[in-house]
Amino acid sequence: MSDHPSHAHMDAAQAYEAAKLGIWTFLATEVLLFGGLFTAYIVFRLKFPQMFHEDHFHLNRILGAVNTIVLICSSLTVALGIAAIRKGKQGIFKLFLSLTILLAAAFLGIKYVEWTEKFAHGLFPDTDVFFSLYFVMTGLHGLHVLGGMLVLGGVLVLAGKGRFSEHYCTPVEISGLYWHFVDLVWIYLFPLFYLIG
Amino acid sequence: MTETTAEGAALPLSGSGQSRGYLEEKGFWSWALTLDHKRIGVLYLLTTLLFFLVGGVFGLLIRIKLMVPGQQIFSDHVYNVLFTLHGSVMIFLFIIPAIPSGLGNFFIPLLIGARDVAFPRINLASYWIFVAGIGVIVASLVRPMDTGWTFYTPYSAKTAADVTLLSFGIFLIGMSSILTGLNFLVTIHKLRAPGMTWNRMPLFIWGMYATSIIQVVATPVVGITFLLLAMERLFGIGFFDPAKGGDPLLFQHFFWFYSHPVVYVMILPAMGIISEVVPVFSRKPIFGYNAIAYSSLAIAFIGFFVWGHHMFVSGMSKTAGIIFSFLTFFVAVPTAVKVFNWIATMYKGSITFESPMLYALTFIFLFTFGGLTGMFLGALATNVHVHDTYFIVAHFHYTMMGGTVMGLLAGLHYWFPKMTGRMLDEKPARAGWLLIFIGFNVTFLTQFFLGYGGMPRRWAEYPPQFQNLHIVSTVGSWILALGILVMFVNFVRGLYAGKPAPANPWKGLTLEWRAASPPATENFETIPVVADWPYGYAKRKPESNE
Amino acid sequence: MEKAHGTGYGIYVAVWAGLLLLTGATVAVSYFDLGLLNVVVALLIASAKASLVALFFMHLKFENRLVLAFALVPIFFLALIVGGTLSDTLFR
Repeated sequence: MSDHPSHAHMDAAQAYEAAKLGIWTFLATEVLLFGGLFTAYIVFRLKFPQMFHEDHFHLNRILGAVNTIVLICSSLTVALGIAAIRKGKQGIFKLFLSLTILLAAAFLGIKYVEWTEKFAHGLFPDTDVFFSLYFVMTGLHGLHVLGGMLVLGGVLVLAGKGRFSEHYCTPVEISGLYWHFVDLVWIYLFPLFYLIG
Repeated sequence: MTETTAEGAALPLSGSGQSRGYLEEKGFWSWALTLDHKRIGVLYLLTTLLFFLVGGVFGLLIRIKLMVPGQQIFSDHVYNVLFTLHGSVMIFLFIIPAIPSGLGNFFIPLLIGARDVAFPRINLASYWIFVAGIGVIVASLVRPMDTGWTFYTPYSAKTAADVTLLSFGIFLIGMSSILTGLNFLVTIHKLRAPGMTWNRMPLFIWGMYATSIIQVVATPVVGITFLLLAMERLFGIGFFDPAKGGDPLLFQHFFWFYSHPVVYVMILPAMGIISEVVPVFSRKPIFGYNAIAYSSLAIAFIGFFVWGHHMFVSGMSKTAGIIFSFLTFFVAVPTAVKVFNWIATMYKGSITFESPMLYALTFIFLFTFGGLTGMFLGALATNVHVHDTYFIVAHFHYTMMGGTVMGLLAGLHYWFPKMTGRMLDEKPARAGWLLIFIGFNVTFLTQFFLGYGGMPRRWAEYPPQFQNLHIVSTVGSWILALGILVMFVNFVRGLYAGKPAPANPWKGLTLEWRAASPPATENFETIPVVADWPYGYAKRKPESNE
Repeated sequence: MEKAHGTGYGIYVAVWAGLLLLTGATVAVSYFDLGLLNVVVALLIASAKASLVALFFMHLKFENRLVLAFALVPIFFLALIVGGTLSDTLFR
């Protein structure tokens, strides 16, 4: 039947455990998705050490570090938000959730500045293999940041409707897990492109 | 709608006929927006079977072209498009999704005593993402692909064909596969009925579990591969382009990291079906349950280590070649374990030869045959001679068609009464099977000889000494097509005029036979409590199923 | 839904501080030319940061073995695809 409730066939504890396993499975697929790109990075770094050494100086280490801090802060805010809703504190929860989305937007803003700076200097995805990797990997990561913003935005809307409480906040937790993963990928991207020459 | 523990006794007959269970509710939206795993399974089955026929037509056209060497009948470019479409359609739109997303969706919850999968909405989404992928692939046919289904660079990055659109289409198909695997993994972990420990799970579930692991781990890699191919065409990214410092072999590594394990996505569910059918039609417990269960996991695991054996002559290092060749031999071991156990199951059993069993026996015979020819391919020295010849084409048709497709057909015949509430007519079912068996072997056995004799794969032009065998193979394809036609007509007749099916026509012991034929939307009135494994045939009277 | 450990804010702030410190450290080290050691240190620090995020923010320290397996198994396959590809590209 088309109006069959989507998890009426599981009790609350089962549904929660299932959701957690589900998001970790999805994150496993993301590890392999980015994994192909990390493989390409390793192959080409070993093949063109000189190119990687020279090209990485074109990247703005400070902006990259700022973005790293932005994402780390956003991981903090989403974790604090989840801790808040588990205590039933709706206001603090929505505040931290909004902060997370703002920080994500800031990350994308800084990325935009960085990319346009590269283009202005004549550095494009087809310039050489290093920049191909840089644009593809940070681009795919950026898409995931955008996706995360949309998901967290959806959660915020539902939170506004009073959907979550200390008894039920599963969608918030699994969105948080996704968000931390996005932070994780950047934790590796940052040194690999900006720091090691 | 009631379940039953005795054959035939519980179908509530209304004035006009039997209960239609999950099929009761009518209307387009009741199907298009369904959250019922059984309906989603049916949608997948109908879609994939449609593409089986479409891919089959492409195959028949290839065989017609090959009756005469050279540019006759249609051009070589059209020929290139045809074999690319045949491979791509068969692999991505039929063989990979058919058993997992079709029969798996329908039967996993039933077999584990659940009411649905863990994430019904994601299940529905996976189907529509699949359809969207099909749409994008069809759109790419304005400039149809001519690269072969393996899409090797540099040609795929440079050809005028719309590989960019196609890449996005395949990405969507992959997404659908990932979501299905994700759903099944969580379902099997979390939704088993009370008392169903891992050791009491039906072997089809073990097979589907191993399959889901592969889908989740391997598919993302082919996803990124096709994204990178699209980006090479769109933005000039040069990972695979030697002129830009790239490496065409990198494409092949990424492609085969998925595409080798995916053959185990194709075969493990089929093997699971065989493990269900053989005990039922031998009236004997399955021999070596633990060995078969763990061999599914072993095949999935080892299958990840061997992808380089598709690349021995591509320019890969000799070191890698030796490593991959050595590892390739190991994957045969758990496979052989299954074959021996199925045969041991039948030994001293009371074997009957209804159509499900005919297809199951065919699977065992043809898949073993095809698998053994894999030995020649895994060994470096012989691979050099038969790579890219018809020997390879024959090998994978024996394993994929003689294997997976026969397993699918066994499953369709076995579970047809459960899904539709009707029995198939056995006589045309057996006639269809016989034609398929004969047609298959005439078509593909000859191709081993063609390949061994040096006939290259994907070539429309060939020296005249190969023509006779090509003609034999083509005639075989007509017999095969006729058999498939007879079988499909029988399916349609069964749907409309088949005798009403009892809940347990084959007297099986797995949980799906406790539900009605067809099952109610909620599957079971009350969730069964499981006290034993489902293969205790000798110990129980066949009339009762507790 | 209740976890065995309390859900205080303090632990998250502490982890956040640790992450900022490590970030500072890795940026600082990058200004010195230590040859191959730059790569090793950078990856070690990144892995330390990743572990903090995974163990505390993502709660892996408090999860059961099944969740832990789902989280760790993909890393094995990542190592596999890297290793297998390098067995070719490094030995041509």
